[in-house]
Amino acid sequence: MSRPGISVTGRRAGTFCLLLIVALLVQATRVQVLRAQRYDDNPANRRAAIARYAQPRGDILVDGRPVTGSRADGRMFRYERTYRDGPVYAAATGYSSQIYGNTLLEGVEDDVLAGTDPRLAVFAPWDAVTRTPQRGGDVVTTLDGAVQQAAYRAMDRKRGAVVAVEPATGRILALVSTPSYDPGSLAGSSAAVRRAWAALQADPLQPMLDRALRQTYPPGSTFKVVTAAAALTAGADPDVPTDSPEPLRLPDTDRELTNEAPGCLDATLRLALARSCNTVYAKLGVDLGLDRMVAAAEAFGFNDPRLRVPVAVSRSVFDTRMDPARLALSSIGQYDTRATPLQMAMVAAGIANGGRIMAPRLVDRLTRADGTAVAIESERTYRQAVDPRVAAELRSMMEDVVTEGTGTRAQIPGAVVGGKTGTAQNGVANRGTPYAWFIGYAGREGAAPRVAVAVVVEDSDARRADISGGGLAAPIARDVMQAVLRVR
Amino acid sequence: MAPPPAVRVPTGRTTELLLLAAAVGVSVLGYVAVGAAIDGGVPAGAGGYGAALGVLALLAHATVRWRAPYADPLLLPIALLLNGIGLVVIYRLDRATPGDQAAPTQLLWSATGVALFVTVLLAVRDHRVLRRYAWISALAALVLLVLPVFFPAVYGAHIWITVGSFSIQPGEFAKVLLAVFFAAYLAAFRDALALTGRRIWRWQLPRGRVLGPVLVVWAVFVGVLVLETDLGTSLLFFGLFVILLYVATARSGWIAIGLLLSAAAAVAVGLLEPHVHGRVEDWLHPTASIDAGRGAGQLAQSLFAFAAGGLLGTGLGRGHSILIGFAAKSDFVLATVGEELGLAGLTALLLLYAVLVGRGFKTGIALRDPFGRLLAIGLAGIVALQVFVVAGGVLDLIPLTGMTMPFLAQGGSSVVTNWVMVALLVRMSDAARRPAVPR
Repeated sequence: MSRPGISVTGRRAGTFCLLLIVALLVQATRVQVLRAQRYDDNPANRRAAIARYAQPRGDILVDGRPVTGSRADGRMFRYERTYRDGPVYAAATGYSSQIYGNTLLEGVEDDVLAGTDPRLAVFAPWDAVTRTPQRGGDVVTTLDGAVQQAAYRAMDRKRGAVVAVEPATGRILALVSTPSYDPGSLAGSSAAVRRAWAALQADPLQPMLDRALRQTYPPGSTFKVVTAAAALTAGADPDVPTDSPEPLRLPDTDRELTNEAPGCLDATLRLALARSCNTVYAKLGVDLGLDRMVAAAEAFGFNDPRLRVPVAVSRSVFDTRMDPARLALSSIGQYDTRATPLQMAMVAAGIANGGRIMAPRLVDRLTRADGTAVAIESERTYRQAVDPRVAAELRSMMEDVVTEGTGTRAQIPGAVVGGKTGTAQNGVANRGTPYAWFIGYAGREGAAPRVAVAVVVEDSDARRADISGGGLAAPIARDVMQAVLRVR
Repeated sequence: MAPPPAVRVPTGRTTELLLLAAAVGVSVLGYVAVGAAIDGGVPAGAGGYGAALGVLALLAHATVRWRAPYADPLLLPIALLLNGIGLVVIYRLDRATPGDQAAPTQLLWSATGVALFVTVLLAVRDHRVLRRYAWISALAALVLLVLPVFFPAVYGAHIWITVGSFSIQPGEFAKVLLAVFFAAYLAAFRDALALTGRRIWRWQLPRGRVLGPVLVVWAVFVGVLVLETDLGTSLLFFGLFVILLYVATARSGWIAIGLLLSAAAAVAVGLLEPHVHGRVEDWLHPTASIDAGRGAGQLAQSLFAFAAGGLLGTGLGRGHSILIGFAAKSDFVLATVGEELGLAGLTALLLLYAVLVGRGFKTGIALRDPFGRLLAIGLAGIVALQVFVVAGGVLDLIPLTGMTMPFLAQGGSSVVTNWVMVALLVRMSDAARRPAVPR
């Protein structure tokens, strides 16, 4: 057996060495192509975050002008968020933080703002080859800067929320929650950001809570509008005296319900609304029955867990299983009835718009950086809450509240204003500070209402006697509605 | 009958010059691409860098033209291109680490390497003289290998000699010396070694007497592994010996024995020695530290970099391979190539190595003297093994070992040694391609 020479063995060894390099190429293909997505998506891989902050974030626009911006700081995460009038708009914008993520509009529209939304691409395949990052798109809001500023100013140092809606379109004109915070203080990734976050988290006043969309309150007497709607839908006449005792003994209990104002005995629904008679509306709710009351509340949006503007809105509650005593309390917005300020603004807006609630929305359209639209939020009917006849009767009753009832401080010279005040009891055995409410709408004489508002004030500093919807919340609502009528 | 026309044997020198110009051009383009991505313009040093590389290329080319006119025209351009790409990538990584500028030093080392290339070509007129230095080479290699044991370990491995701020990796030089020794030893004794001893089933076993050298080399392999905890170097030396042993004797029987013994030693060390054991664990579970909440380790970051490159890469200057951290410019330099040039660029780079290795083997096969044949094959084998061990490590194909990618990675000892190896290959390819009858 002859031994093969070096020419043969050398060739074999060379082939072996080249096979080693082929093995490397196979492994490189596995890592770079076949398993690349898994590595790209690994949470410890910081490239996605670096790419996200490598370019300026798209802006959130109010009246065509950005209320946000981006600032380059030269770190690994290059751009961080800035805000113009941050505390004023925080209830709508939310924050965009390199550490704590994105909330509210910054969160819901993050794909567009960060530039990752595929709708932003003009020519996707080419961008993929050249790895051109898509510029962040803009979110054009429905907010009206002047109205928003007026609402924020009117809240002054009070704790609470304001929502203003355009009844005919559902456009949200103002969305304020106070006390507010500067979302810009949370934007970057520095130690100062962590300190600001810790301070906001520890603050007992919860400045980061979006009270307009995410907090529910007992609506108190403002809910009597819903009870009135149920009664009118069932065929009641607002100008016929009701058979209502004073005080009212709650069914099957020995508790007696009283009124703040005199003249509620057997009062008409119209008068009882103007004077905010608890006895009349509590009895009315019980007489209508649970089914009708639930139907009326849900027609306005109560118990809807899926409401989005497109920011998700907390569910407002009208209980569907109650005994008559609790139904009586629920019918005047107590017991466990709870509503977000936006929900009560929708009640006012629906009545102002002939019974039809337009879907409330905060976003008008999404655009590319060059302003071309990629999505337009169109007007949509949310629900026909009551028929137009009932809506007209409710308007006339609510206008009486403002002209001669508890809501006189909401009057605007030269404008038709309708509304309802509320003072909701709060806390166990009514020991907490009551919440002051006002819901209403305003428009020019002879024209359709231009704005509907809801105001809630939960102020612990104010004197207890002053905490009434008429005293505390109505003037704020007036300022906001006046701002709308002045500019629009 | 007219005399046959004078046949002009093509030397390939013009081809070499054109390829060298292309290599310099590609490197300068890479440099400009880095500047364009980071500064939005041509970086200030582009001209000087191109000029320096061009001068080195011309110097090397002139020497080859003068002293090795029939040399393989691909060897020098590939070496220069790999060196140039390495400088571009190191410069690119320098831009991400303002406190650590490695490219100027690396350029200086490259110039030293080319100077040694020229020196070797001028000094070694015939590669066969190296046979005389076989035993001196073996002794020197052993000293170089053992020396680092007396110096402090750097990042878990005893492979550095550090004097002040100056440090060298003697293992790099040792590999050329060992190649010379192995080639000389096997060329002299290959017939004796090939005599068969007992036969067990299908394996031709060597006689006990000639088994000695294999056991000695195996002992050195294990010694390096244990004393220096350097899996890469020991793997390289043993692989080199096994390849040359097979090429010289065509006996696969005792290669199997050697491989089994080494595998046993490697497994034992991998289980018992904590540094090597950690490397093996990383290889099997590169993302284990992430799952344990300790963040991504170096190997995971390396894989992230390769994955981010995808098919076409991010483009020079646009990747984030610096996240690898320590050794991004040396052991992990290939990850930057993978991320910024993509699978396409990485494939091109590995094919450059493949061509270099292939031309080395071709030289070995074409030569007539056994020493030269084995030396050329040994040198080419070193390049192939080193590329495999390093690239396989950072790509998670095999456990990671601390070694440098030939010509590409930061490291003076490495780049200088590689230029010496290419000089020897050029010298031998000149001998292999020289026409038998002088013109």
